[in-house]
Amino acid sequence: MVCAALLAPRRSVRSSDDVTKLIQTLLDGFAVGGLYALIALGYTMVYGILKFINFAHSDVFVLGAWISWVVTVRLLRLDALPADATPWWAAPVVILTAMVVCGLTGFIIERFAYRPLRNAPRLNVLITAIGVSLLLQNTGQLRVFFGPYPKAVPVLLPNQTVGSVAGVNLPAVDAIVIGVTILLMLALEALIFRTKLGRAMRAVSFNTQTAALMGIHVDRVISFTFVLGSALAAAAGFLFVMKYPAGLKQPADAAWVMLGLKAFVAAVVGGIGNVRGAMLGGILIGLLEFFGVAYLEPLYRDVYVFSLLILVLLFRPAGLLGRAVAEKV
Amino acid sequence: MALLEIRGLHVHYGAIHALQGIDLAVEKGQIVTLIGANGAGKSTTLRTISGLLRPSAGTLTFDGQSLTGKGPHQIVRLGVAHAPEGRGLFANFTVEENLEIGAYARKDHAGIARDREWALTLFPRLRERLRQSAATLSGGEQQMLAIARALLARPRLLLLDEPSLGLAPQVVQTIFQIVREINAAGTTILLVEQNARMALQTAHYGYVLEVGRIAQHAPAAVLAESDEVRRAYLGVG
Ligand SMILES: Nc1ncnc2c1ncn2[C@@H]1O[C@H](COP(=O)(O)OP(=O)(O)OP(=O)(O)O)[C@@H](O)[C@H]1O
Ligand SMILES: [Mg+2]
Repeated sequence: MVCAALLAPRRSVRSSDDVTKLIQTLLDGFAVGGLYALIALGYTMVYGILKFINFAHSDVFVLGAWISWVVTVRLLRLDALPADATPWWAAPVVILTAMVVCGLTGFIIERFAYRPLRNAPRLNVLITAIGVSLLLQNTGQLRVFFGPYPKAVPVLLPNQTVGSVAGVNLPAVDAIVIGVTILLMLALEALIFRTKLGRAMRAVSFNTQTAALMGIHVDRVISFTFVLGSALAAAAGFLFVMKYPAGLKQPADAAWVMLGLKAFVAAVVGGIGNVRGAMLGGILIGLLEFFGVAYLEPLYRDVYVFSLLILVLLFRPAGLLGRAVAEKV
Repeated sequence: MALLEIRGLHVHYGAIHALQGIDLAVEKGQIVTLIGANGAGKSTTLRTISGLLRPSAGTLTFDGQSLTGKGPHQIVRLGVAHAPEGRGLFANFTVEENLEIGAYARKDHAGIARDREWALTLFPRLRERLRQSAATLSGGEQQMLAIARALLARPRLLLLDEPSLGLAPQVVQTIFQIVREINAAGTTILLVEQNARMALQTAHYGYVLEVGRIAQHAPAAVLAESDEVRRAYLGVG
């Protein structure tokens, strides 16, 4: 009894801190996990259709982040404005521009790097993908493009909080990042499972030749898949710089590689080729990473992610939502 | 002029010379069968007609139009539907979705609805299973779905690759009966079969393919009486 009475006030102080930490960890985990998921979708959709890993995909995400900087700073010159004078249309304009530019880049990559190799051995395509990745990274470092130094990006999203949960304020940035991610995922779900084009994508992914026999223009579906995946990665790039505006790393920085790798892990954990799996995998990995950092050892941030990968590969090699054996009639 | 005319067709898979100069004609309104042993090149012929394979030489003409350089998505729109070997169903789709995707190239909703009705009348068992995943169908039902799906493209020429493959004799009878009905309703059919007996009973005209070349061709009834065919494909004599 005495003991409990003594502990009670202390515990209540600690619990409010605990709640803050818990909620912020959840927000970070969901926000960054959602970004992993957006990137993972591109890996998984391309794999679903062409059965190869597009290693250049994470560089398209980086491109999205940098295009956001170019549009914000170079074209709109928003860095000259005081933070609270940012026009409301800036963020939508920037994210849409990034999505369009990256979508176009994805189209070009597929058309000129991968399509000529459509009937080549898988290894050739893989090596080409690595080549495209290096090309994007190093071209991005050129001064005419983004240059070899990190940059800061002005924050385009409102700086306030939006409401509070259990007395903890929710930053608008996190709310918007999570909200936009959810919106994009719902739109993608609707596209893939509710439209004729989505059905064509699923048919091509199941069996390219039979899909062609149905009258589906397979090359067009493949192009569209690259455009779609690249646009989602660009959105992730924009949201990423909004969440972490201080240090936009130069295009060939190793930190990007690690982010892209985690998104790839998300696709594998969820079941490569499975769209819902990529979403699930991304969120899981984001949460795992941030909970590990907040409650265990921050230095092991990457270890948590890759341990999950190893566990999944050991016990569910096809991924959480993947089918062990592709069933074919 | 025949609905489909093939002249001097050569097809390679890399170094493998699978078709070595094939001439073949499918007259409008007929069932023409292409029989031959494993590896003779029957499926290769169909895959070349539907545009999945590019010929290395020769011409294909459908209804007076050259098929050269056309992709499968264009050839379907000209009126050629292909129910491929092994059925090629979308196992991740329901029966209904498989039928719908068969009409992917069409926009005439009323016509699609009519053809769907017709296909389901031909194959009533599919009607009971519309919501079911295609993967759960029996082998015979899968073959029915493959043919029904091809009909949804409203083909003028229907390519059937071994519809009897792996099916019980009774189911084979049913399928061939329906093939006749489809033909009677006005669809020209090119039927690839290893079951030469059934094929020759069903078809008007027949071609015998031997390792990439046409060995014989004649009206089906004549072929069925030919000594070579009886010995090699009908197990007689
Ligand atoms: N994708 C391929 N790559 C290489 N060679 C192939 C390929 N497909 C078929 N072939 C070869 O081409 C030849 C003709 O094959 P095809 O499939 O057309 O025969 P088929 O008459 O349909 O035989 P079956 O009755 O067994 O279906 C065979 O020698 C086969 O090995
Ligand atoms: Mg065959």
